[in-house]
Amino acid sequence: MIGGLFIYNHKGEVLISRVYRDDIGSQAADSALFSSSGPFLEERERNAVDAFRVNVIHARQQVRSPVTNIARTSFFHVKRSNIWLAAVTKQNVNAAMVFEFLYKMCDVMAAYFGKISEENIKNNFVLIYELLDEILDFGYPQNSETGALKTFITQQGIKSQTKEEQSQITSQVTGQIGWRREGIKYRRNELFLDVLESVNLLMSPQGQVLSAHVSGRVVMKSYLSGMPECKFGMNDKIVIEKQGKGTADETSKSGKQSIAIDDCTFHQCVRLSKFDSERSISFIPPDGEFELMRYRTTKDIILPFRVIPLVREVGRTKLEVKVVIKSNFKPSLLAQKIEVRIPTPLNTSGVQVICMKGKAKYKASENAIVWKIKRMAGMKESQISAEIELLPTNDKKKWARPPISMNFEVPFAPSGLKVRYLKVFEPKLNYSDHDVIKWVRYIGRSGIYETRC
Amino acid sequence: MPAVSKGDGMRGLAVFISDIRNCKSKEAEIKRINKELANIRSKFKGDKALDGYSKKKYVCKLLFIFLLGHDIDFGHMEAVNLLSSNKYTEKQIGYLFISVLVNSNSELIRLINNAIKNDLASRNPTFMCLALHCIANVGSREMGEAFAADIPRILVAGDSMDSVKQSAALCLLRLYKASPDLVPMGEWTARVVHLLNDQHMGVVTAAVSLITCLCKKNPDDFKTCISLAVSRLSRIVSSASTDLQDYTYYFVPAPWLSVKLLRLLQCYPPPEDAAVKGRLVECLETVLNKAQEPPKSKKVQHSNAKNAILFETISLIIHYDSEPNLLVRACNQLGQFLQHRETNLRYLALESMCTLASSEFSHEAVKTHIDTVINALKTERDVSVRQRAADLLYAMCDRSNAKQIVSEMLRYLETADYAIREEIVLKVAILAEKYAVDYSWYVDTILNLIRIAGDYVSEEVWYRVLQIVTNRDDVQGYAAKTVFEALQAPACHENMVKVGGYILGEFGNLIAGDPRSSPPVQFSLLHSKFHLCSVATRALLLSTYIKFINLFPETKATIQGVLRAGSQLRNADVELQQRAVEYLTLSSVASTDVLATVLEEMPPFPERESSILAKLKRKKGPGAGSALDDSRRDPSSNDINGGVEPTPSTVSTPSPSADLLGLRAAPPPAAAPAPAGAGNLLVDVFSDGPAAQPSLGPTPEEAFLSELEPPAPESPMALLADPAPAADPGPEDIGPPIPEADELLNKFVCKNNGVLFENQLLQIGVKSEFRQNLGRMYLFYGNKTSVQFQNFTPTVVHPGDLQTHLAVQTKRVAAQVDGGAQVQQVLNIECLRDFLTPPLLSVRFRYGGTPQSLTLKLPVTINKFFQPTEMAAQDFFQRWKQLSLPLQEAQKIFKANHPMDAEVTKAKLLGFGSALLDNVDPNPENFVGAGIIQTKALQVGCLLRLEPNAQAQMYRLTLRTSKEPVSRHLCELLAQQF
Repeated sequence: MIGGLFIYNHKGEVLISRVYRDDIGSQAADSALFSSSGPFLEERERNAVDAFRVNVIHARQQVRSPVTNIARTSFFHVKRSNIWLAAVTKQNVNAAMVFEFLYKMCDVMAAYFGKISEENIKNNFVLIYELLDEILDFGYPQNSETGALKTFITQQGIKSQTKEEQSQITSQVTGQIGWRREGIKYRRNELFLDVLESVNLLMSPQGQVLSAHVSGRVVMKSYLSGMPECKFGMNDKIVIEKQGKGTADETSKSGKQSIAIDDCTFHQCVRLSKFDSERSISFIPPDGEFELMRYRTTKDIILPFRVIPLVREVGRTKLEVKVVIKSNFKPSLLAQKIEVRIPTPLNTSGVQVICMKGKAKYKASENAIVWKIKRMAGMKESQISAEIELLPTNDKKKWARPPISMNFEVPFAPSGLKVRYLKVFEPKLNYSDHDVIKWVRYIGRSGIYETRC
Repeated sequence: MPAVSKGDGMRGLAVFISDIRNCKSKEAEIKRINKELANIRSKFKGDKALDGYSKKKYVCKLLFIFLLGHDIDFGHMEAVNLLSSNKYTEKQIGYLFISVLVNSNSELIRLINNAIKNDLASRNPTFMCLALHCIANVGSREMGEAFAADIPRILVAGDSMDSVKQSAALCLLRLYKASPDLVPMGEWTARVVHLLNDQHMGVVTAAVSLITCLCKKNPDDFKTCISLAVSRLSRIVSSASTDLQDYTYYFVPAPWLSVKLLRLLQCYPPPEDAAVKGRLVECLETVLNKAQEPPKSKKVQHSNAKNAILFETISLIIHYDSEPNLLVRACNQLGQFLQHRETNLRYLALESMCTLASSEFSHEAVKTHIDTVINALKTERDVSVRQRAADLLYAMCDRSNAKQIVSEMLRYLETADYAIREEIVLKVAILAEKYAVDYSWYVDTILNLIRIAGDYVSEEVWYRVLQIVTNRDDVQGYAAKTVFEALQAPACHENMVKVGGYILGEFGNLIAGDPRSSPPVQFSLLHSKFHLCSVATRALLLSTYIKFINLFPETKATIQGVLRAGSQLRNADVELQQRAVEYLTLSSVASTDVLATVLEEMPPFPERESSILAKLKRKKGPGAGSALDDSRRDPSSNDINGGVEPTPSTVSTPSPSADLLGLRAAPPPAAAPAPAGAGNLLVDVFSDGPAAQPSLGPTPEEAFLSELEPPAPESPMALLADPAPAADPGPEDIGPPIPEADELLNKFVCKNNGVLFENQLLQIGVKSEFRQNLGRMYLFYGNKTSVQFQNFTPTVVHPGDLQTHLAVQTKRVAAQVDGGAQVQQVLNIECLRDFLTPPLLSVRFRYGGTPQSLTLKLPVTINKFFQPTEMAAQDFFQRWKQLSLPLQEAQKIFKANHPMDAEVTKAKLLGFGSALLDNVDPNPENFVGAGIIQTKALQVGCLLRLEPNAQAQMYRLTLRTSKEPVSRHLCELLAQQF
């Protein structure tokens, strides 16, 4: 179980320190025999704190593993901008559980005070300790549902709660459906569905796909009254084929559009037993925003852009680069925030760039030419050419030619996922599925989208 | 040095550095650096030429980036350009960049060398200095090759500035240290010595460092420096504290120079010239006097500088070791430091005193401080100081104070740090043994040692007690009594049980008269410890029990009962089980007479170098200190008290003795020959008289037990003797060498020609010559009968992997040898690597229809490839010291088998192949030799020393080679010759 949790700033100073068990710290075993309180405890805590700072944050070589073992103590860390969150334990814990908890913790903090930054953490440290008290007990993760937490941990000062309210919170938090309180009422029953995907690609210079996958999330924002029972349907291949058994006709029609999902995880509200038996996704949603599911696909990915590089070395002191990008989706759609990053050799001494569209600039601090295009419609192509002057160097190390990477945002799901339906049933209240206003939005973003040159 | 003007401040650099320092994260820093690098690249690439200032600025930035840990792969050219600038700062930055960043295989090295050459030739002293510093900082071989010849010229040129000379001396020193072969010796060496007379103290200081280093290699070239150094030293020492102005450090005149001069003098023996010597002694006395004066300043720097000179003076006095007066004074001075407040001073004082203690002049003076040292051992807070105190106690110990020191060390042992306990245990054991006047004290001490620090008492220590007790009958009774008492403690260490078991088993009868220690009591006491002990100890105790049966027949029933118990007879450990079974049978089958013979008291052990001493030597390495020195200086203490009160039993032991430990590591090569039917164990026990075996001199425990045990079946001889169950032996399959083969081989170790073998049928003669790693051997096979030999096939066989060590090419010989005729066979031999076993020569033929076969050892031993090397005494000792790893040395003490004749020995040593070096060993009786073993793969240098002792008819042979197995093998080979 988690022995303690520390939050550091980029200098390695501790912003938040919460110790749940006394076993952490390198001299733990010895001093625990003699005393378990007072200065000794602080001493021990200090050891663990320092060990992480010295061995990870200030390590001579960048520590790449998220799990570090120092003196039989394990440190699990995640980094959000300049902030390090480290969970510490001496026991053999489930690492996936610890990371899940750390991510959840980030989400909760973000939901309470926005961006996780040193400033925000310092301003909200009382709140963070309060949250930690609630979501982690003696090192065991507890309810970390933002919605539920917000009912009893608030930022608006102390609000005296009536006995009724208190008992309601208790019964909700300890009850079967801990993520939703009863008696929610909306005048307008409304829900929003966002399908957010990030597409990752590595392509050879000749245009051969070396690896590609899409990781996506379905995020739902629900403003529904009562305790609605929802059912979510999408073009999952298995479901479609199962249904298709009845009418062969339908199978052929929808077979093309169905997608194969490699794996997926759900929010705790989804009834997994039902998913296992019928593969239907049914749930009672939490109020407000939550992530309904995550999934990953690797087959039949629609690659929104194709990058065609052309690099020519002219003698020892010159390099000519030409890059063409082609958009590969319906002409009616518009891609946004397109950015192409062309790495330059380490001995670049000067760059001239010509591009047809957008703006391109040589960024010396990043050793790359960055080409930005605001918008681009489907089935178009654009081109950039650059002349790079090189400085002759002493050692004849060859340039490693790192890949050209790309960023963009497109209004469709590159995996091909389609929401088929989202049905809402609320038997107790008098609104039906038809009365609910539903919105669906698809956003595809680039993950690591690279082409070798 | 020209002052840096305001304009040279390089604002851009300052801004860049402050930018980097302000970066919040590593990423930000990398971004800033990338940006700067791109900027510098575009500047360097730019069409318009950069002026010196910006070039310097950018090169400086590159240097800074490099020092932050980033790779820099350009800018070298610009840096080299800076070298040709006329501005000091630009040149300086250029040189700085090159010393830090240019690697030796760069193409630019030629350009750089050119620039350096120009600067060296310039008349500007600052430029010359910069160039010299660069050479020294880079210090590569290439630099050495290019400039090693120029620098001495600059150094001794009359018109060089002082600062240039100083730099040149240090630069030359650096090059010499890096690659001594590149610095040519020449007429400048004589002039370098005269730099000691230079007006400028800086030059003198630099020159002293250089000379000290150079004279280590060629002491004779620089001999003249002694008188110059002495006069310089005396000028400094006698000067007032204000005379030397710049070179006075906290009221001490030129401390560094003084220390260096004193170090230089330590490279040489005391000056022969009386005047110089007088002056030097005066100097040393002045330094000692000055130490008594009240300090001129309370600052720690003042006393540090003063003490540095003082300690260096004392080590020079110790080095000379010829001035009793000075030695005693030095000792007294150190004695004052022993109680000084400064821990460092106390440490240094103890350390120097350790060396003083080994000098005969000051030994007594050192001894007067014994109380202080003991106090230091007890109360000192710093463990390293305590360690030194223990060393010093060990060094100052002699017969007069041994009891006090040993008892103090024993007392200290109880509270000593774990890290040094083992060493102290060894020291106590050695001192107790070396200076024991009465053996009961010795036994008491060692038993105390085991009681206090049993875990740290190594096997050698308790083996040694047993050896001494066994060899001296006057102490046996006392030992038995003491051990018996010690064993009565409720908890005693396992080592104590071992000692007790052995001693009571041997000499328990001596105390059996006392009803308190009657045999049954002894037995039950030992047996009460039995179950708490490890297997090895239990095995020893079982042997004790069987000895008890012999000593005290009344205990027989009890002991048999114990042996018969299921826990023994069916013990899971094979060794214990076997012992129990055999002893039980032995006790019930054999008659009392047989028992008495088999279980006779152990014969005395042969005297030899104390195994504990060997262990200490090994532990501490060659620099081991006074234990070694002592034993070398004082031959009478070499044998453990043997020189003082020789006992007849120790001298008359017949067997060749070797180091106890050596034996344990490698079992005696010639184990007792196994009887043919090695199957029936009990029969062997009876047929093999016990008297035959103990003479091999195994460890007490082994001897104690081996008395009762059949020779191990895995002994190589037993294997060979076993009739091979294989079918028809093939042509390559040869029989074992004839029994005399080894003896025959030994005849040829020191000679090359002679008759190798002869019987009624055949005579084999050998004629051989060896040069470097090649050899040619003629074998003459003579048919002594009148009948023709048929199918005559001599073959050479390489047992094991000898083939890879030695290549032997043979020519075929005729298959028939007529009666009375002789055939000749030529063998070409090449030594590829060092080898230990000789190749075998197998001769087969049919004589009158019956097949005859014969296997001999070919007289090719490693020493045949010896090349004698002549060298001077000094070289010899230098090399001797170089080969001082314990593994490189092989030593053997053995009894002379032939009359001891110096001329014969000399001839044998020459025949062995080594050169004999006269006037090397201070004792003219001793022989010292040197040679190189030439093999194709490598050359093995080999030094040997043979010390005959005509009175005892013994030899001590020491061999040191660079390869461990070679040392041992040569030692064995040679030892058989005398």
